[in-house]
Amino acid sequence: MALLVFQHVAKTFPQSAYAAVRDCTFEVAAGQFVTLLGPSGCGKTTLLKMVNRLVEPSAGAIFLNGVNIRALNVTALRRQIGYVIQQIGLFPHLTVAQNIAVVPELRGWKKPRIDARVDELLELVKLAPAYFRARYPAQLSGGQQQRVGLARALAADPDLLLMDEPFGAIDAITRASLQDEMLRLKNSIHKTILFVTHDVEEALRLADKIVVLRAGEIVQYDTPYNILTQPKNEFVRALVGANDMLRQLSLVRVATVMQPLPENFADAGAPTLSADENLREALSKILASGATMLVVTRQAEPVGVVRLEQIRALSRER
Amino acid sequence: MDYLLQNPAIVFELLLQHLLLVSVALTLALALSLPLSVFIAASSRWTTAVLGVLSVVYTIPSIALIILLIPLTGLNAWSVIIALILYAQVILTRNNVAALRGIDPAIVEAARGMGMNRWQMWWRVQLPLALPVMLAGVRLAAIVTIGIATIGAKFNGGGLGRLLFDGIAQTGRYDKIWAGAIAVAALALLTNLAFVTLEHYFGPARKIRGSL
Repeated sequence: MALLVFQHVAKTFPQSAYAAVRDCTFEVAAGQFVTLLGPSGCGKTTLLKMVNRLVEPSAGAIFLNGVNIRALNVTALRRQIGYVIQQIGLFPHLTVAQNIAVVPELRGWKKPRIDARVDELLELVKLAPAYFRARYPAQLSGGQQQRVGLARALAADPDLLLMDEPFGAIDAITRASLQDEMLRLKNSIHKTILFVTHDVEEALRLADKIVVLRAGEIVQYDTPYNILTQPKNEFVRALVGANDMLRQLSLVRVATVMQPLPENFADAGAPTLSADENLREALSKILASGATMLVVTRQAEPVGVVRLEQIRALSRER
Repeated sequence: MDYLLQNPAIVFELLLQHLLLVSVALTLALALSLPLSVFIAASSRWTTAVLGVLSVVYTIPSIALIILLIPLTGLNAWSVIIALILYAQVILTRNNVAALRGIDPAIVEAARGMGMNRWQMWWRVQLPLALPVMLAGVRLAAIVTIGIATIGAKFNGGGLGRLLFDGIAQTGRYDKIWAGAIAVAALALLTNLAFVTLEHYFGPARKIRGSL
């Protein structure tokens, strides 16, 4: 079921000649990781901020769990949605633990429950609670601060997480490790995530589906694989096509490409790989084993297959 | 110095009057300035307009301002207090606006996005972050007010200024002038010290805030 539905959403800011967002209609299924991708000024952040009503649409409607968000109390709505921003925005006068506790406190949780939750979340984002609980944000590195930002957004266990270029201001190496972390978290926390980025690699790497935006309009909404192999127009082709193919293979996860297991599937000793691996891994396994098909597994259970021709399709299009 | 030591009761009573003038004026000035600052800080246009008007008020000499007020509020402490409020208002409002505008907008946006209402944002985020800068403004306003309040004695306002004006009026009473001057200076210095301590307590040094 679609957790989040956009229906003909548009936004024109006052004193602005053109629309920041125009007629956007799409759905985000529960549990999916969807990135909003596009150049600066394409309206991706505006579109995101309409979900927690930091920006109100000029037209159209947004539904969360089937309810028009306009019908909800605005602070109550925001408290049930996690929000992570590029500038991180931790409260400098509060400790790490107090920062994480903000939304649970607003929602009236009892202290023991909040304390337990803070520890649990710090563990989740790989910051040792004993050490980090009582630190102040200025004592942390940028990467650590954004881990706290993420923990804070997850604090009250929201179904939906909005992330606005969360790793944009973080150095490349830390960014890569935070992206890995996101992928790991995505599998363990089962959240629906709407993630704004202008970084094509980041979008390809993290997303189950990508919304490509240009000048406030949706150009294409599809899986990373389909966007690479079937770009809808020159704009999408230019946006995603600038990188070399091996690099892109290393970004696309097998999980987003795999096909269902064939009927009467029997594990005939075909090489296997995990759904979290990328297509480059898949290709080297295919090359090494001579097989044309790999079995994709999750926790050692076969869940699908990936074939050589799918990988080749990526290269043919160029 | 002799006068101070020989008449501690008189000096102490005048000191109390002085403190009363200053604290009533400062309290009322703060009560006015806080909502005013919050209101105008959101808009550059309002900030410029209000601070402009207040700055003009600040340029009026204190004696002239109190004289202007006498027909309205009478020859008493209230005229003095109102003048003090007007002077303090400039300092407090300018500082409070700077304090509020100095808060990183990302922090305010995060607070809003997390579902704080205006009141919660004010108490949990804006006030604690603005407090150190605001306190510096209160300190400055307190010192300026202590100084200007001496003029109040001329207009029946009481306070340590009485010693100064009496000393001038009675020939040869330099001891009173000295006593008044020393007492006012000591009061200003002690007040300054008290606020510096307070700022230190609420200030960034205690909470290592590097990036701010």
